[in-house]
Amino acid sequence: MFGAGGGTSSYQEVRETDLIFLWGSNARETHPIFFHHVLKAVNNGARLYVVDPRRTGSAQWADGWFGIDVGTDIALSNAMAREIIHAGLHNREFIERATDGFEAYAASVEEWTLERGARETGVPAESIREAAHAYARADRAMICWTLGITEHHNAVDNVFSLINLALLTGHVGRYGSGLNPLRGQNNVQGGGDMGAIPKHLPGFQDLEANHDARARFEHAWGVTIQPTSGWHLTQMFEAMERGELRTLYVVGENPAQSEADAKHTLKLLEGLDHMVVQDIFLTRTAELADVVLPASASWCESEGTVTNSERRVQRVRKALDPPGQARDDITIVCELAARLGQRWHYGSSEDVWDELRSLSPMHAGMSYDRLEQLGGIQWPCADEHDPGAQFLHARLWDEPVSGPRAPFNVVLHEPPVDELSDEFPIRLTTGRRLDSYNTGVQSGGYSSPLRRRESLDLSPEDCSALGVAEGERVQISSRRGSVTAPVRVDATLRPGLAFMTLHFPDQVETNVLTIDATDPMSGTAEFKASAIRVDKLPAAAAVTA
Amino acid sequence: MDLRLTSGEPAAAERAAVDGLLGPPDSAWVGGQRGSDGHAATGGHDARDRRHLLLPALHEVQSAIGWISPEAMGYICLRLTIPPAEAYGVASFYALFALEPRPPVVAHVCTDIACMFNGGRELTSELERTLGPSGTAAKDGPMWLESPCLGLCEHAPVALVTRSGKDAGDHPLAPASVGAITSALAGQEPVEPVIAVPQAQDGGEGLRLLRRVGHVDPASLDSYRSLGGYAALRRALELGPTGVIREMTESKLLGRGGAAFPTGRKWEAVARNPVRPHFLVCNADESEPGTFKDRVVIENDPFALVEAMTIAGLATGCEQAYVYLRGEYPLAWRRLTHAVEEARRRGLLGDDVMGAGVRFDIELRKGAGAYICGEETALFNSIEGFRGEPRNKPPFPVDVGLFARPTVVNNVESLINVLDIVLEGGAAFARVGTEQSTGTRLLCLSGSVERPGLYEVPFGVTLGSVLEMAGGVADGAALKAVLLGGAAGGFVGPGSLDLELSFEATRAAGATLGSGVVMVFDEHADLVPVLLRIAAFFRDESCGQCVPCRVGTVRQQEALLRLAAQRPRGGVEQELALIGEIAQAMRDASICGLGQTAANAIESAIRELHVFEPAQGAA
Repeated sequence: MFGAGGGTSSYQEVRETDLIFLWGSNARETHPIFFHHVLKAVNNGARLYVVDPRRTGSAQWADGWFGIDVGTDIALSNAMAREIIHAGLHNREFIERATDGFEAYAASVEEWTLERGARETGVPAESIREAAHAYARADRAMICWTLGITEHHNAVDNVFSLINLALLTGHVGRYGSGLNPLRGQNNVQGGGDMGAIPKHLPGFQDLEANHDARARFEHAWGVTIQPTSGWHLTQMFEAMERGELRTLYVVGENPAQSEADAKHTLKLLEGLDHMVVQDIFLTRTAELADVVLPASASWCESEGTVTNSERRVQRVRKALDPPGQARDDITIVCELAARLGQRWHYGSSEDVWDELRSLSPMHAGMSYDRLEQLGGIQWPCADEHDPGAQFLHARLWDEPVSGPRAPFNVVLHEPPVDELSDEFPIRLTTGRRLDSYNTGVQSGGYSSPLRRRESLDLSPEDCSALGVAEGERVQISSRRGSVTAPVRVDATLRPGLAFMTLHFPDQVETNVLTIDATDPMSGTAEFKASAIRVDKLPAAAAVTA
Repeated sequence: MDLRLTSGEPAAAERAAVDGLLGPPDSAWVGGQRGSDGHAATGGHDARDRRHLLLPALHEVQSAIGWISPEAMGYICLRLTIPPAEAYGVASFYALFALEPRPPVVAHVCTDIACMFNGGRELTSELERTLGPSGTAAKDGPMWLESPCLGLCEHAPVALVTRSGKDAGDHPLAPASVGAITSALAGQEPVEPVIAVPQAQDGGEGLRLLRRVGHVDPASLDSYRSLGGYAALRRALELGPTGVIREMTESKLLGRGGAAFPTGRKWEAVARNPVRPHFLVCNADESEPGTFKDRVVIENDPFALVEAMTIAGLATGCEQAYVYLRGEYPLAWRRLTHAVEEARRRGLLGDDVMGAGVRFDIELRKGAGAYICGEETALFNSIEGFRGEPRNKPPFPVDVGLFARPTVVNNVESLINVLDIVLEGGAAFARVGTEQSTGTRLLCLSGSVERPGLYEVPFGVTLGSVLEMAGGVADGAALKAVLLGGAAGGFVGPGSLDLELSFEATRAAGATLGSGVVMVFDEHADLVPVLLRIAAFFRDESCGQCVPCRVGTVRQQEALLRLAAQRPRGGVEQELALIGEIAQAMRDASICGLGQTAANAIESAIRELHVFEPAQGAA
């Protein structure tokens, strides 16, 4: 945000803040390590608020839980903003000094009375008021979010709406106050930082706008770099549909099972001329590939770095040789380059890293030695005397503000694309459980006492209205397809809300049901909001699982 | 907290019992009926901050239903966000809570050392014959249970009848007989025990702490006032906090709970502690076998304790106080509850005490049958809703006490001394008693003594003169031994009648006054079963948290059982050496007083009375 693609705060600040909003996040189950920091904060007296349609494990720890209807995050944040402004709790001084666009923003939220917010989100007006006042009055407060915010067709607007709240109250750029997207893997942050985003060069340097940066890379690499952004994942699938994308190189992803509208995805992948998959498992996607390159497990079979949600770059050390013909990722990429006529010479992962340091200013000061000595360094780190940045955007509190002002973004509430109707009356939201990971590629091979098979989780009220019992197999249909799954009665759901995971695509292809309506900027699909219908199966087919 | 509740829905009566204490749940997500509004919930800190209501909630269910079902426990857990395993750990810690179905009326019959030779053994064998063994009952039939000391020793043998359900209420049966127990189990309300303060019946000369007992109406604030009540608080308000603490220090009052720490120093440490809030805790968990002084005081002069606590709160900057009262003291509970309500109603507790702009209030908490909760830090844990396990010290309560705040914790007897200290001044108070043990001492005389009851004597009188006051050994028999200071104290023989009763003299003699127990055994008493009972008591009451005590109390009992059966392992000498070693380990390495003193009485009986030497052992 404001030009930096990372969470603003450190874990230490999480532990020492006064108020935490987990917004669209069930960190208790899906970011269990991060949640330890949250629990330390809670034990230190911090108030915890959770925004989630489901009464999750995280929500049960919270001082306040706001069970919004799926996809009404902007309605909630705009109503909170109006209440903050009307109660005079916005930070006028900060707004005037460090932000742009407040008037337009204030005007845009004016229609979001508490009553309208309550109508739209389902959350009682008094609860919205409490949320607004608690956030605005806290000395330190942070908002943390995950896929409940980003797996929507308006993901970027959702994020903007949270940033707006932080700007409104001055809860950013200070110790203990910040905005933190939680990363789902140890190196999601690092992947983005290294340029695995089509509009960025390594180090979050804008490919199209930052001509100096592009020139530096061209000089270092001795090639011309195309001056326009590439495709993100969703655009790649659109390009496959148009027949423009014919060859795919997949590294450590399983799109055959992780993408929305799975039937359609499979058809596109099968229609490619050529697909190469580089992975440590023979995934469903790898099964479709023409060539599979067995890779090494990055956490124990290769050298390098990872970057976590607090922007901390840490060293990873090799403990084992990869088995059989499996190779280190760097080796595979360099060998591939050689076959394509390029001569890339790196003696070690440190050579690769030092090249990055010479091209990415925010990594410049992070030598392997310093990473070792300091136990990792948080970017940006300009030189070898820079200790790194515990939190970002302190500049907004400089007098006068250094650098550009932080802009408010007017965002409008748009309900989920897949509308509820008489035919599809139940809102299905998808997510994850503590003991499993995404499509199960990495977790399915291990047993867990918590592991349950895939199920359609329904409220007790919906179960009795449908006349279905625990374990009974039912047919679940959306506008895109149907699957069958056993029912699980889940008292943490309210009537009209259903939940499934995507952990067991071999049991139930949940993504047959989901919609591939995507955010135009981030390319993320609206996994969190599908409209479904649940039908009883004939007695023979519904045998209890 | 995300709880994993495995129990089903509570019954309506269970729900009502819990809601009566906690109020109705504010949404379906925290225990309410599922309804239309599923979009918001509260909880978090507010719910977890009510953890201290766990013990009261368990009491409510026990009292309303007669036992605590998994469903009721699950509902309490949901309301207070307590993991069910933790709540089970707490509930199962206390003897008075039943986790299996139990008949609505139960007689708890004392089998402890004071009742043992005063009809207790005859009573229990008769009950076994008529009602069956302890703990058994036909469906909804009457049930009796063996109980450790009920603190009614002056009336031995005794019982406590607990009744749950519609007419819930507990009543002491003192003295108890098979007939009285049978009719109480059949629903008849027992008569109240008489007051056993012989000095009061003899005119009350020399009584200070007990001067109002028997004269004052314990239910009447006006009666208390007419006998001088609340003059001390008025004086304390004149003196101010520093003045009161000065008088306390000059009085040289030593705590009466057993540790004999200077009360004035304790108060000063809390008063000066900058951490707020401060808490005052009155330790009325009087569970030392043979001790009943606090009960007699609270039952008969409850306003004295309320007034004394108010002064303590004023002096030490505490606005909130707790009385942790033994669960087996229903009469004291009712009378003290009434006294606190009366004082609040008349502006002597609350936001503006005596119109002086001081805020102070008292909350009562009921124990549930756990001797260890008399240990001050175990008591804090019990109030806070945790198992009553002692904490390591330091930090001491004056720094980190109840709810981790600076806490004054005083015994009932220590507190009521405050009234005289404030009224007559610390220096005058210090002239009573001996140089190092100032004031008077409450002594609980029980066992084979002519006039058992509660006595008050100035420090420095001899053991022999106290026995004389009580009419000597019952039925003119010869004295065999006296247990001084309770099960955690020690035995002295007939040669110790000249022992001066003061902290310094008893310490020099290797004895202790402890909680003021003077339990008399005559020449006919066999001490072996007494020692076995004491050993069994400590084994039962050890909280099990630290190893020396958990293992030591068991090994001690086993060695005594072998000696008693005259089947010593390797010979009497080896067994006695083993008991000595176990005692040393418990004394050195237990974290609290229970383990440190669990061998005292047994060792003293071996050392002073030669209980297991061949000539005695054969007796």
